[in-house]
Amino acid sequence: MTVTEDAAAMAPAKEVGKARRRKEDARLITGKTTWTDNMVLPGMLHMSVLRSPVAHARITQLDVSAAKERPNVVAVLTGADLAEEQGSIPCAWPVTPDMVNPGHPSIAVDQVNHVGEAVAIVIARSRSAAADALEAIDIDYESLPVVLDMEEAVKDGAPLVHDHLSSNTSYHFVFDSAEAGTGASVDQAFDDADVVVSRRFVNQRLIPAFMEPRSVVVQPQGDNFTLWSATQIPHVLRVMLAMVTGVPEHKLRVIAPDVGGGFGGKLQVNPEEVLALLVARRLGKPVKWTETRSESLMTAHHGRDQVQFIDIASDREGNVRGLRCRILADMGAYLRLITPGVPALGAFMFNGIYKFPAYRFECDGVFTNKVPTDAYRGAGRPEATFAIERIMDELAVELGMDPLELRRKNWIQAEEFPFTTVCGMEYDSGDYETATQQALEMIGYDELRAEQQRRRESGDPVQLGIGFSTFTEMCGLAPSRVLGSLSYGAGGWEAASIRMLPTGKVEVVTGSTPHGQGHETAWSQLVADQLGVPFEDVEVLHGDTAVSPRGMDTYGSRSLVVGGTAVVKAADKVIAKARKVAAHMLEADEDDLDFSAGKFSVKGTPGSGVGIQEIALAVFAAHDYPEGIEPTIDAEATFDPVNFSFPHGTHICAMEVDTETGFVKIRKYASVDDVGTIVNPLIVEGQIHGGLAQGIAQALYEEAIYDAEGNLTTGTFVDYLVPSAADLPHFDTANTVHPAPGNPIGAKGVGEAGCIASTPAVVNAALDAVRHLGVSDIRMPLTPERVWRAIHGGGDGGDRATAGTNAHSVSSSEAATASATEGDQQ
Amino acid sequence: MIPAAFAYSRPTTVEEALQAIADGGDDVKVLAGGQSLIPVMRLRLAAPELVVDLTRVEELRGVREEGDQLVVGAMTTHADVLSDPLLAQYAQLLVQATETVADRQVRRRGTFGGALAHADPAGDLPAVALALDAEFVIAGPAGRRTVPAGEFFVDYLTTVLEEGELLVEIRLPKIAAADGWGVRYEKFNRVAQAWSIVAVAAAVRREGGRITEARIGLTNMGPTPLRASATEAALVGVDVSLETVTAAAAQAAEGTSPSNDLNAQADYRQHLAQVLTKRALAAAAGL
Amino acid sequence: MTQINVRVDGASYSDDVEPRTLLVHYLREQLGKVGTVVGCDTSNCGACTVHLDGQAVKSCTVLAVQADGSEVTTIEGVASGGGATLHPVQRAFHELHGLQCGFCTPGMIMASIDLLKENPDPTETEVREGIEGNLCRCTGYQNIVRAVQQAAAEMRGEAPGDPGASPAAGDTAAAEPMAAQS
Repeated sequence: MTVTEDAAAMAPAKEVGKARRRKEDARLITGKTTWTDNMVLPGMLHMSVLRSPVAHARITQLDVSAAKERPNVVAVLTGADLAEEQGSIPCAWPVTPDMVNPGHPSIAVDQVNHVGEAVAIVIARSRSAAADALEAIDIDYESLPVVLDMEEAVKDGAPLVHDHLSSNTSYHFVFDSAEAGTGASVDQAFDDADVVVSRRFVNQRLIPAFMEPRSVVVQPQGDNFTLWSATQIPHVLRVMLAMVTGVPEHKLRVIAPDVGGGFGGKLQVNPEEVLALLVARRLGKPVKWTETRSESLMTAHHGRDQVQFIDIASDREGNVRGLRCRILADMGAYLRLITPGVPALGAFMFNGIYKFPAYRFECDGVFTNKVPTDAYRGAGRPEATFAIERIMDELAVELGMDPLELRRKNWIQAEEFPFTTVCGMEYDSGDYETATQQALEMIGYDELRAEQQRRRESGDPVQLGIGFSTFTEMCGLAPSRVLGSLSYGAGGWEAASIRMLPTGKVEVVTGSTPHGQGHETAWSQLVADQLGVPFEDVEVLHGDTAVSPRGMDTYGSRSLVVGGTAVVKAADKVIAKARKVAAHMLEADEDDLDFSAGKFSVKGTPGSGVGIQEIALAVFAAHDYPEGIEPTIDAEATFDPVNFSFPHGTHICAMEVDTETGFVKIRKYASVDDVGTIVNPLIVEGQIHGGLAQGIAQALYEEAIYDAEGNLTTGTFVDYLVPSAADLPHFDTANTVHPAPGNPIGAKGVGEAGCIASTPAVVNAALDAVRHLGVSDIRMPLTPERVWRAIHGGGDGGDRATAGTNAHSVSSSEAATASATEGDQQ
Repeated sequence: MIPAAFAYSRPTTVEEALQAIADGGDDVKVLAGGQSLIPVMRLRLAAPELVVDLTRVEELRGVREEGDQLVVGAMTTHADVLSDPLLAQYAQLLVQATETVADRQVRRRGTFGGALAHADPAGDLPAVALALDAEFVIAGPAGRRTVPAGEFFVDYLTTVLEEGELLVEIRLPKIAAADGWGVRYEKFNRVAQAWSIVAVAAAVRREGGRITEARIGLTNMGPTPLRASATEAALVGVDVSLETVTAAAAQAAEGTSPSNDLNAQADYRQHLAQVLTKRALAAAAGL
Repeated sequence: MTQINVRVDGASYSDDVEPRTLLVHYLREQLGKVGTVVGCDTSNCGACTVHLDGQAVKSCTVLAVQADGSEVTTIEGVASGGGATLHPVQRAFHELHGLQCGFCTPGMIMASIDLLKENPDPTETEVREGIEGNLCRCTGYQNIVRAVQQAAAEMRGEAPGDPGASPAAGDTAAAEPMAAQS
């Protein structure tokens, strides 16, 4: 099918950098995949979940007797039945010592705190019997006041989500550069500033909306359990399920087969995973639960949902002096795995690529009667990037400066790397100017500006705008010591091992579990280069705790940076072990051996040598190997990075705005990303494309909306608008390459870049198109109605949800005015 | 999700279908293309006891010519509409609107009659039928009756169809370019798959630089599809120009009562109706 | 229960089904044809797309009883030679990286094949509109669009090789020239 094999045979070209077609595809394009829901086991039962239709209530009556009598129903269980054994869904990230965690039952016992919370489960012989019996359950609720708006929820005397707590605030997290010793006093900076601009931004609630609905199958075998789940995190899940349910860790095997996307949405210990395990333990029978899309949108964790009060200070020349961020972050009703940590992860990114001397970040985690938030592609960094890239545009307007000129004036120069920021982060490498220049050329910047001018002058109903996002992000999560200092409950290392099989084939075991990224292909490229074996001879194993016992899984753009490095280091150990055997076989000194293209040879002796694949056979036979070593060249490695990596890039969006209808349409989109060394350009490009689609979707289409009673009104794909091919533009993407110094591959991570960078570029472009019409903000997503209202009625376009339900009850301009400081120049 | 259990009947003639409905008691749903009904049943927002499936009633499928009318069988699929030569010649407005319905897979199953009987004001085809003054042929236990489009749509998701009745044919007047007709279906939605926030179905007949007749149907501007009567009246006899069209379109929202929902508030919909009417008319009039 | 007779991917089946059984559930659960997947409840996502008597439909919005007497083709039946030779659309999805997690891929391929039957030489816009009934959350669609166009060229008998259609070409110094289509 390809000619690359021949090329490889002629010269040992490096695999890293090749656009290898993915090994994963063969099963995916032919329908031969192993999704969790495909699993069928003898005697398997099906679980369905009755979910609360009310957001906040006491359960006053629950009668499941009729449901138990339904045909083919095996059991019906309630919170009361499981209260003693269900534990609490774990939260691994207590971001402050006094953070309040109300506990998170997998199934409600006496009170429900969000619509969709489980209140009873049916276990039946078929999927349809389980679904049918839900209708026979009789349940009554006594309503409690519903808490939906964060700004209301934090006021004194507000109704409480959890009445055993003293407030709706889970934590107050602060990072202050003066206190941390990483920068100057922010108050002083604002006092001394010539110009202060303040804005209130709403980063709306999103739904990850992975395409494969969540699914879990549990098989009990004696006192052992095997659990298949559509999860990003089989390793983390195993540890957590053991802790939550008391099933001993060594009696629990977790398998993530092919997983159909996650985007952070499957970085979770789901209530239904706990329930399925408890049911299998109780009944001694295999059980399956697969969610419907409506269940998924309503109950799988959501993302984003912050109200951001941002103040920026600068001098008249546009040198930034200080940045102050006050954030309200919606936790939802409970804390899940890293719910509170998401905003904290963003805390170190609001300064972006700019040289702020002073910075303060404060965040309140707030409970509301909604499904919990947690990781969604970017997790904290998109929120931060949106705020800084939007406020830089606002400052530029205030100063009468070109937005790009303002950025240039303040960003870190290429020769300043490594650069320690006001947050104490050491940015590793990059060149913002070069990336920006390239992006400007790709999009045809001058031509677009000329057209914009023409349209403005002629009063064209369709106006054109150009928006920038010059972003960075922290990737490669994460140095374990740093995670420890942030009170995260685990490390950020990754494990790998390499098994050299007797026939010379290579098994690579990775702890980094993919869900669509292409690890099998990229890791094969890494190993082929390291060991000098053919790409085809490498098999990558993952996603099964019995096969890959140690791992930290896939999120935070960490797989290649951390997991890939572990693979490289394991390969280095294989070579080191093989070297001893080679020296023995070649009757040479180890130090006299060269290793190249998979072969050890004695220096200065052409034609001599032994291949590493031959050595694998030799140690398998083990008839003749050196004294003092074990007869194996297999090896394992664990890599723990010492720093994050910092991909960066310049994204430019050109946007048409139909001022008569408010309809916005992306005319052109160009991005130049620096993600360090590129192992597989196909995969890198694909990750950027997909990230762009999701970031653009936040700007234009997606929003989880609750009504005044706390019902999710965007509970199907009819209302939660995931864009189709017809709704998205063509992307022009390119890369600059500044290898990351923190890992031997030089990779920085690419999974989240497009998603983080694109959202503010799109919004800035729309605003640039209509700024001359008096518009200074439009709330996301930029629905045509909001755009039209902003143009014709002023303000930011207003609510879509019922007032007071989505934490957007105030218009941004009013709120910004209310929070404006004395130095504010508005 | 899985629909609740139901009994199933698959008649092959209209007569059998009427009998099945009559025998089915109070809780019968008629399945045409099923592209709205099956999702609603999957979500268990509907749980009929009996589903009468019309997909094998061949006599309800197809398009024929009868004098100055086209007769479209209720079970003619959207895909059939798009490939039918008669409709291409005489019902371009219907063809244009049908092209915008859902997606290619849904258009393969969904039917013209099903979309009309469902009477969703956000659906694209009711406004077209209304604009064209289509006639709806309804079969029932007592025989057939014909209802003009203006009387067919009664309220939100409600038509004149009585229990036990079936929509069997839709009769459309021929609207041909050769007779000076120009048409345009102007649809406004947020993403390709979404229902219309507002849409305008416009047919304009020109003769010697003047507009002699205009028919304008509005999608999603009230609980039923509506005609923009004031605009239609204002167009008769005027010169074909952007100015006349724009002036007339300014009255497009008169008499409408659109809803407030997630996609738009009523005042915005009324504004859109004017803009889209102007654009539809301009395109239909060849401006 | 109602008895149905269907041919699926060339094999004949006779089964009793409940009227409420959706075609996709019949395929997955009674026939073990798990290549076709369910992604939503509202016929928006298109992941379940199969061909029913040669036309692409969403098998979550068709009752199994409605397929009685029909021919169904799923993703498992589009390769020829008993699966030995991939369909050009399958091949192009692989060559041009038109999939990541792969969950939408069966439906996306089935919809694309249907589109190309009707329009053998679609423009980029026509491809985008032609697959508007299929949601993908991973790829941003760009490589899917390229793949459909490349497959179209191959199916028309034209040699591929428009460099503009190559993903990643020229995007990085590291990118090698795209392999020739076999």
